[in-house]
Amino acid sequence: MSLIPRDRSAHPPALDPGYKTSVTRSPNLPLLALDSSITEETGPTFGHGLIGPLDNNLILNWTRGESPAIGERILLHGRVLDENARPVPNTLVEIWQANAGGRYRHVKDSYFAPLDPNFGGCGRTLTDEQGYYQFLTIRPGAYPWPNRGNDWRPMHIHMSIFGHAFAQRLITQLYFEGDPLIALCPIAATVKDRGQLEALVAPLDMAASRPMDFLAYKFDVVLRGTRQTFFENRKDGM
Amino acid sequence: MTQPLNRLRETASQTGGPYVHIGCIPSFAGLAGIYPEDLGLRAIGDNPKGEVIEITGSVLDGTGMALRDAMIESWQPDAAGVFPGQPGADPEVNGFCRFAADGETGEFRLRTVKPGAVPWPDGRMQAPHIALWIVARGINIGLQTRIYFDDEDNGADPLLGRIEHRERVETLIAKRTGPGAYRFDIRLQGPGETVFLDM
Ligand SMILES: [Fe+3]
Repeated sequence: MSLIPRDRSAHPPALDPGYKTSVTRSPNLPLLALDSSITEETGPTFGHGLIGPLDNNLILNWTRGESPAIGERILLHGRVLDENARPVPNTLVEIWQANAGGRYRHVKDSYFAPLDPNFGGCGRTLTDEQGYYQFLTIRPGAYPWPNRGNDWRPMHIHMSIFGHAFAQRLITQLYFEGDPLIALCPIAATVKDRGQLEALVAPLDMAASRPMDFLAYKFDVVLRGTRQTFFENRKDGM
Repeated sequence: MTQPLNRLRETASQTGGPYVHIGCIPSFAGLAGIYPEDLGLRAIGDNPKGEVIEITGSVLDGTGMALRDAMIESWQPDAAGVFPGQPGADPEVNGFCRFAADGETGEFRLRTVKPGAVPWPDGRMQAPHIALWIVARGINIGLQTRIYFDDEDNGADPLLGRIEHRERVETLIAKRTGPGAYRFDIRLQGPGETVFLDM
């Protein structure tokens, strides 16, 4: 079934001078817009056999359960839906993030905040039948980055979502309610629609928190949907 | 007044950033051990049907410099044009692959099978192709494109036929450089800018 054409106004433009790296990495010419074909409408599927028991627990997965990561313990949870508001079940969600001090465990991150020996920084899970996912992690720290003179990334977690069609593929970042750095961040500011930016900010979810254990933040994701029509004049695809 | 449409808007994309490998190809970032192996490490198993090929290339920015932090995903059918998950698909073809531009040279390498042809929505056949999705620091929303092959008949491909500036068709066609070897460079902007898709 064909995908609903992407509403490009929901997304950042390719070129945003405030985010300097985008200047030489943005296509100048218009995209070739076409209806999706079977190549775009199919995509990889991943089974539960892929997912290890600690894969969605970033507090413990780096030390294989030996020793917890340093930082503010949080539950990050939510649902993956499509534009028709239907849950997207059994789809792979991957996250990566800096540690509590704002440092990534990456060969190219040279920020002088210390590495946490107990924290790796990535996790993955599959949504359940209702599109629900959850991760246990620590709240990442803000960090400085070379852009303008004194730019800092707000606390954020990177998220990659597959969906069931290759053209649903999405990578985004979620921010945390109340962080004053969101309003100052050139990368957050690439999202020009105010409602769309607000939808990247995960609210504190006290009802899902656990007393004496962790706070919770809720983040729902919406992927492209498929066209629902009785007048589908083509053979059933995938 | 009108009724509400009750549709949701797609979540806004954000750049994968410089550390996209931590989440998607952790071994590449030096994080081996959390997962038994990286997801999408191989497009094919040991004995796929069809011709095994290797595509080499770079993702070049507007100044002509190769990106050393790009992450690419590919999706394709098997040699008979059957996608994984469809009846009769070659179990030795995963269809999906993830690969990174080399941290020093910026070169990427995709080892896979030459895909078979698949239909266009109106029933015409498309020329054999591999779908790509490219993310990196500075790319605000993942870029969709396709690899076609210069030793296939691309003349009747419906997508290539829709490219108005005919000289740009070449940007989607990998050049055979030897037995089973192809070159495919991706230019993000400037002269020879690759045709990117909105599908
Ligand atoms: Fe980041």
